[in-house]
Amino acid sequence: MSQTADIPQLKKIASQVRRDIVRMVHACQSGHPGGSLGCTDFFVALYFHILKHDPKFNMKAEGEDMFFLSNGHISPVWYSVLARSGYFDVKELATFRQLNSRLQGHPATHEHLPGIRIASGSLGQGLSVALGAAQAKKLAGDDRFVFVLMGDGELQEGQVWEAAMYAAHNKMDNVIASIDYNGQQIDGPVNKILSLLDLKAKWEAFGWEVIDSNGNNMDEIVKALEFAKTQAKKGKPVMNLMKTEMGFGVDYMVGSHKWHGVAPNDDELAKALAQLELTLGDY
Amino acid sequence: MTKFTFTEKKDTRSGFGVGLHELGKENGSVVALCADLTGSLKMDAFKKEFPERFYQVGIAEANMMGLAAGMTISGKIPFTGTFANFSTGRVYDQIRQSIAYSGKNVKICASHAGLTLGEDGATHQILEDIGMMKMLPGMTVIVPCDHDQTKAATIALGSHVGPTYLRFGRPSWPIFTTGRPFTIGKADKMIEGKDVTIFACGHLVWNAIEAEAVLAEKGISVELINIHTIKPLDVEAVLASVEKTRCVVTCEEHQINGGLGDSIAQVLSRFNPTPIEMVAVNDSFGESGTPTQLLKKYGLGPENIVAAVEKVLKRKK
Repeated sequence: MSQTADIPQLKKIASQVRRDIVRMVHACQSGHPGGSLGCTDFFVALYFHILKHDPKFNMKAEGEDMFFLSNGHISPVWYSVLARSGYFDVKELATFRQLNSRLQGHPATHEHLPGIRIASGSLGQGLSVALGAAQAKKLAGDDRFVFVLMGDGELQEGQVWEAAMYAAHNKMDNVIASIDYNGQQIDGPVNKILSLLDLKAKWEAFGWEVIDSNGNNMDEIVKALEFAKTQAKKGKPVMNLMKTEMGFGVDYMVGSHKWHGVAPNDDELAKALAQLELTLGDY
Repeated sequence: MTKFTFTEKKDTRSGFGVGLHELGKENGSVVALCADLTGSLKMDAFKKEFPERFYQVGIAEANMMGLAAGMTISGKIPFTGTFANFSTGRVYDQIRQSIAYSGKNVKICASHAGLTLGEDGATHQILEDIGMMKMLPGMTVIVPCDHDQTKAATIALGSHVGPTYLRFGRPSWPIFTTGRPFTIGKADKMIEGKDVTIFACGHLVWNAIEAEAVLAEKGISVELINIHTIKPLDVEAVLASVEKTRCVVTCEEHQINGGLGDSIAQVLSRFNPTPIEMVAVNDSFGESGTPTQLLKKYGLGPENIVAAVEKVLKRKK
């Protein structure tokens, strides 16, 4: 999309999406609020400004951009953004993680939820899938982009680096990847569990065009993704190294791995909602 | 009475190569991916004629499975090629999540399966792959028996929708199915008989043909059914034959656990409990050797099939 981003409106949407996330996770007392909250601004910028997409949902996405979520455990933010974009009724968010729901704990195509093109959850697979989709777009002469998001802890999976090599070697310059660089994973800080060392140097050494961004500032993440698109189509895949804070938007969750996969109780939910402005109406 | 002979031997992987090349000409949506084994998988002809639809991925099988899954989304029909070991065990989780659970139309084409890979030894001789793949919901599993059937199966995959595992091998092997019809999911009754049914797949179909000749001399009438599609199993054909013969021998180049024999036994125990003997690898790894030496040492030769038939006939009620 070429028009200027309406940053105040995007922020309003993000606030509502954060409300959705904590309410969804609270309702089923399971799920992953931390990463979902940290990536909310990215998802809202992507679906409400960056992507060329149609909520009527065409699996093949001919002439459209595609998005893949590799770190599937942050499904709450994706489901909320898909619903708020019109892919399905926001009321369906109430079924998250429940029996007979299309909103599985981790995203799946099995139940035919509009907006989802492949299952994810077992980590390290999304970049490969995105590259396959991007390769097919090139073969078909479709000049749209393929976006993919990965977690930083996820980069400990070896398959990611197989894919990283493939992308540069094959000049997959229609791919724009992002990393949720929050420095946290389930057991603690990433640099204490298995350090990624100099991540920027790593991706550059693997032949990618790397940009840095702040994923928790709407203006900056919009600009970063717009810039990423200008860096694409130049013979190299593009990596958006996006600093975020796990749990961003809810003060007692911010920056801690403790909220990676834990749901708030009733009091904690009330505290969270008090910090998140009601803008579009709760589902 | 049908008698099977052969005038020519070829490897089943060459049947795959010829089939893939033909399919490439017929169907522009067919793409091929290979993990540094183009020559071994006989994918050169496809690569040469359709370079824009051939993807060399390097020694990175996990990435290959993900790429293939991604390519299906816009309607491409990807055929992945590597050894059976690296097509299954190495990438099981990738297949499970990105292909099977996601319902993606990927054709996983696996060569050098089983003991007949030979001298490379047990690291490469996978004998568990049929079991792993048939357990995945929605996965079709095909194990053709010779060059021509592998070619026919490969071509059939072009119009078959859904994730599929196609298993074939390395050694030169008799060609005896020339001109026989091939339909995915439909068992092929090769020899009609009344005393015992042999269900076989892959290279062991030929061994069963040799065993049948020996048994016929002894006055034993064998019905031989080639179960090229392990899943979905042609239950109707299995039960119809067993109704007549009332005893069964299964033959496969795979572990006794999880393979063809296991699938047949499950059907029989549920619908028509019947004495059954299984010619398969008995819960062990292989080793280096020639294909014939290995089949003999691990009990998969024609003589083992003859012995299994004689044993099961004694148990027949």
